[in-house]
Amino acid sequence: MSARPRLATALEIAAPIVAVGLALAAGGAFILAAGEDPFAIYALIFRQCFGTGYGLGQTLFKATPLIFTGLAVAIGFRGGLFNIGVEGQLYLGGLAAALAAVALAHTPAPVPLLGALVAAALAGAGWGAIPGVLKARFGAHEVINTIMMNFVAFSLVAFVGRRVFEIATVRTLQIPAAAELPRFDVWLPALRGSPANVALILAVLLALAVGYLMFRTRFGYAIRAVGFNPGAAEYGGIAIGRTQTITLAISGAVAGLGGVNFVLGYKHFFELGFSAGAGFLGIAVALIGRNHPLGVIVAALFFGALSYGGLVINQRVPKELVEMLTALVILFAIAVQQVMERAARSLR
Amino acid sequence: MMELLLFVAATLRITVPYALAAAGASFSERGGVINIALEGIMLNGALGYILGAYATGNPWAGVAAALVAGVLTAALHALVTVYFRADQITSGLGVNLLAAGLTKYVLVAVFHSSSNSSRVPGLDLVTGFGLERIPALGPVLAAPLVLLAIALTLGGQWLMFRSVFGLRLRAIGERPEAAATLGISVGYYRTLGVLISGALAGLAGAWLASEQHSFTDGMTGGRGYIALAAMIVGKWSPVGAAAACLLFGAAEALQITLQGSRFPSEILQMLPYLVTMLTLAGLIGRAVPPRAVGVPYDPERP
Repeated sequence: MSARPRLATALEIAAPIVAVGLALAAGGAFILAAGEDPFAIYALIFRQCFGTGYGLGQTLFKATPLIFTGLAVAIGFRGGLFNIGVEGQLYLGGLAAALAAVALAHTPAPVPLLGALVAAALAGAGWGAIPGVLKARFGAHEVINTIMMNFVAFSLVAFVGRRVFEIATVRTLQIPAAAELPRFDVWLPALRGSPANVALILAVLLALAVGYLMFRTRFGYAIRAVGFNPGAAEYGGIAIGRTQTITLAISGAVAGLGGVNFVLGYKHFFELGFSAGAGFLGIAVALIGRNHPLGVIVAALFFGALSYGGLVINQRVPKELVEMLTALVILFAIAVQQVMERAARSLR
Repeated sequence: MMELLLFVAATLRITVPYALAAAGASFSERGGVINIALEGIMLNGALGYILGAYATGNPWAGVAAALVAGVLTAALHALVTVYFRADQITSGLGVNLLAAGLTKYVLVAVFHSSSNSSRVPGLDLVTGFGLERIPALGPVLAAPLVLLAIALTLGGQWLMFRSVFGLRLRAIGERPEAAATLGISVGYYRTLGVLISGALAGLAGAWLASEQHSFTDGMTGGRGYIALAAMIVGKWSPVGAAAACLLFGAAEALQITLQGSRFPSEILQMLPYLVTMLTLAGLIGRAVPPRAVGVPYDPERP
């Protein structure tokens, strides 16, 4: 590799880092407007999110669903599909996990847990497959359909909830103990009080599995080929429609599994609105993580820290600052990426 | 009879913001830029109205501020998608998230509450034409923004399909490279399309805020996405989009009427989204998006 292509690669990898830097700078203006010192606020977020055991646990807890949703979006992107439906898939996955666990309450030990995990994945996969089929069969664009299906999911859960929620509440029954994912503070007293749980390990294992699927298997190659150049992929003997449908189903399954962090690992029931934007944040995570499983984990930690960071600064700066920072990171990321790619192209 | 008229009035009231935003969005999309940012533009427009009306005590200053807020928010979307040629969907989502955060941030800074603003005056009805005396429908039909919405929708239809501007805009949304060869600036027309969309979605926000006399956190509640859906069902034309909005508005009004009855209102809630999905699948008419919609125009990359 000569020096210029190497510089080009470096430019492409540097894009997300530059974007985060620019977003923090722009966010600094809003902190100044609120009469505070940007450096002090950012330092406070960093100290609180990584400097104490409790804070670290909170950051890990917030990062966990983002690994799932970030992976889900990244799988879609690799296949040339923009899955905005991750929020709805996550939401339904959480409900399915809770309902399955409750239904299996009287079965022996690993069954409720395994049943809940399978139900979460299946619910997400089914919800993801629908826009896939609509695209493959009717050529309907998945972006609009996945957005629509988020709203359908919200209404569907409200509809189902009327029948299955505990009377006069917006939550399901408590899941059986056998379906719970243990919290880390059982073994690590340093994290005491934080809800970080075994779902994080599940997320990291899933990231490795997704990496293997994408880059080491024939099917992963097919997904990427369809994403890179559908025409060439079809010419090479890959069934595009089928591949896209399965890609969205896998993406949905991963998103659906994300629901277990809250349902099996934290509250031990499903609650209306639990997903709280974690699905949409997955888009930012995939973007900054450059659609790579390891990148997704790092980006999820960053956005997880931001989510918790909002709570620790709220005394001094409105916590909505972190929402704006997230948005700025997204906007800068896609703009900077274009500039860098153009620069990289001219270098090659 | 009176009940039916009241139902129609409720439908119109609900339809106004959808129709404004959806008619506007057709300009953005016909030029080739997907506008998922409608939700955020509307939200900023609503806050703009409140700030303008709060600062001056004059609701029309609020409308002007809503217009400015809408156009500025759309300008951000145009900057990212047209100038930097970045992904339009991602940019729209980013703008929506920014608006959600920014409006709450400003709410805390100005009104010291992250959930709602102080009360501001609304717009007075237009009098002198006798519109306000029509039973049941009067208060809606004589509302200045309703009249403006009707005028803008019809005017928009003319602009889109009968004017040079509209022809050029549509050409750019279909074959930007062909339009560029004729000396039409793709970036200029695309930007204008997005800004028109921003102005109308800003007005939609002004309607919501003036009806409620205050701003509440996240008050657009997904209306931007319904407007986007209506524009698709309305086949990317201002009047078609407004007609689809009437259908969605009626479904919502029916849902409110049926609240408390045994009929599950969630089914009606799903209606706009399901209709849109069926339309996209070609099961209700044929929905063909502008050919170049969603594709950044890069003259160096044919």
